[in-house]
Amino acid sequence: MRKNLNETCMKIRKLILKTIGALGVGHIGGSLSIVELLVVLYEKHMNVDPKNPKKYGRDRLVVSKGHAGPAVYSVLCYEGFFDESWLLTLNKPGTNLPSHCDMNKTPGIDMTTGSLGQGFSCAMGIAKASQLKKDGATIYTIIGDGETQEGQIWEAAMFASQHRLNNVIAFTDYNKLQLDGKVCDICDIEPLNKKWQAFNWNTIVVKDGHNCDEIDRAISMAKRTDKPSMIILNTIKGKGVSFAENAGVSNHSMTISDEMLKCGLAELGGMA
Amino acid sequence: MEIRKVLAQTLDDLMAKNENIVLIDADLSKPNGLSGLKDKYPKRAMDIGIAEQNMACIAAGMSSYGFVPFISTFTAFASRRICDQIAISCAYAKQNVKIIATDPGISAEYNGGTHMSFEDVGVLRSIPEIVIVEPTDCIQLKKLLPQIVNHYGVVYIRTLRKEVTDVFSENDNFDLFKSTKLQDGKDVSIFCSGLMVQETLMANKILKEQGINADIINIYTTKPIDKDAIIKSAKKTGAVVTAENHNLIGGLRSAVTEVLSENYPVYVKSIGVNDKFGQVGKMPYLKEQYNMRAEDIIEKVKEVLALKRT
Repeated sequence: MRKNLNETCMKIRKLILKTIGALGVGHIGGSLSIVELLVVLYEKHMNVDPKNPKKYGRDRLVVSKGHAGPAVYSVLCYEGFFDESWLLTLNKPGTNLPSHCDMNKTPGIDMTTGSLGQGFSCAMGIAKASQLKKDGATIYTIIGDGETQEGQIWEAAMFASQHRLNNVIAFTDYNKLQLDGKVCDICDIEPLNKKWQAFNWNTIVVKDGHNCDEIDRAISMAKRTDKPSMIILNTIKGKGVSFAENAGVSNHSMTISDEMLKCGLAELGGMA
Repeated sequence: MEIRKVLAQTLDDLMAKNENIVLIDADLSKPNGLSGLKDKYPKRAMDIGIAEQNMACIAAGMSSYGFVPFISTFTAFASRRICDQIAISCAYAKQNVKIIATDPGISAEYNGGTHMSFEDVGVLRSIPEIVIVEPTDCIQLKKLLPQIVNHYGVVYIRTLRKEVTDVFSENDNFDLFKSTKLQDGKDVSIFCSGLMVQETLMANKILKEQGINADIINIYTTKPIDKDAIIKSAKKTGAVVTAENHNLIGGLRSAVTEVLSENYPVYVKSIGVNDKFGQVGKMPYLKEQYNMRAEDIIEKVKEVLALKRT
């Protein structure tokens, strides 16, 4: 299983590179940092049907850090929600794949996100709705570490614990970087784990947020709690592609030349 | 009658019939008269605390699941505080969220400048696809609410919450996307909304005595505005006065003059807050402060009629 998931992650990284490379610029850092999480979710946990993206009772995923659209689109494409040719239209006029996730344009996107903090809050609304409908869905949501600085995140956190939304499994993509620099230098979010515990959430820290087995185990544990869960994934922004990883704080949104694309794809095992 | 009682009763009726309607308050359910619904519908009526941004997005999320959420707070918090949440998670995401916004403009009275929203319609009117409606009295609110539920999309309901004198009778009916004629006239058009409808009707008694025959139209839906009624009336009278409980920038005056400037330009004079902040005070005092009394309407009518004669 692990080997297959790792191979899938490699394929997804290639798709992300091709997607952003086709335009020449995009949010590569925060897309590459959540690849393993998305692969584990879609391959092992989420009850969704690519042929029926609006299926009643399906699990939902709200990627509140909506700028990671290219990663989500790559996984949705891999899972069969739409054809690979769509990826090459990222951010181009008339596209169904805008920079930030849009539920009214892309099959498989459960909520429009990008104005940080809002998607997480919407996810709690979805979880409340599922709780009222008693349909047994699990609501997954991903926030960025920089996004954690938004006050609305904590309004939603209090709502979730007050309403005992144990159908929520949230993730923090803790790659330690935000657009302007290191999170700890700009507005530190530590002690992150204790913050979520203090808000009465079940918290799990995944030491290596790029280890599929660790992520898988954390999700399975989160499903057994009676509280909303926050899984903090220690990740690397730009993971898996040298030019992105090495760019550090500059990799939030990068210009990607044809040469960089070629090198990146070669690093990931070639074009195929 | 207190309009909040009618709001609560009508919502109660609608919630009884439609199990998808949910009500979300942000610690203002008591002043808005809606706290009783939490007892009657403990699952579908909830108070999420003082967290308006979260309230708007919780509603958007619930809407995406098929619910019809009403969120409720004061106008100041229902507009400028959560503008981005309304714009993106509700409107841009095409969700079916209804916003009950109470205490518009000077009706915030003793809550003063911090709570006095003179800009809410202007702020929200520039967001695409939103419907903005300001019921004039209890009857109009009661008749419009079911239509608001039936319309899919974001609707901003700008309403008073305390004692309101009824203008309309139970026999009157309203279309959410139209306006309603209060008096047929030929000399001047008066387009009025909210609590300025009462002032307009008081002004009209004196105008009548003075032989001025006003065409009076209550524009309760500012967006989309009833263009046909505005153009038709302006063509008939050739002079327009607008009267609103809002900044003159962005609200009814702006919406009416946008229509007229492109279709049938005529002289316009306006009653409303002339780009000022709010302040504490009871409504009679505030109406005087901001020149929003019946006598101010009469003065504007005379000004615009003088221009019309030139």
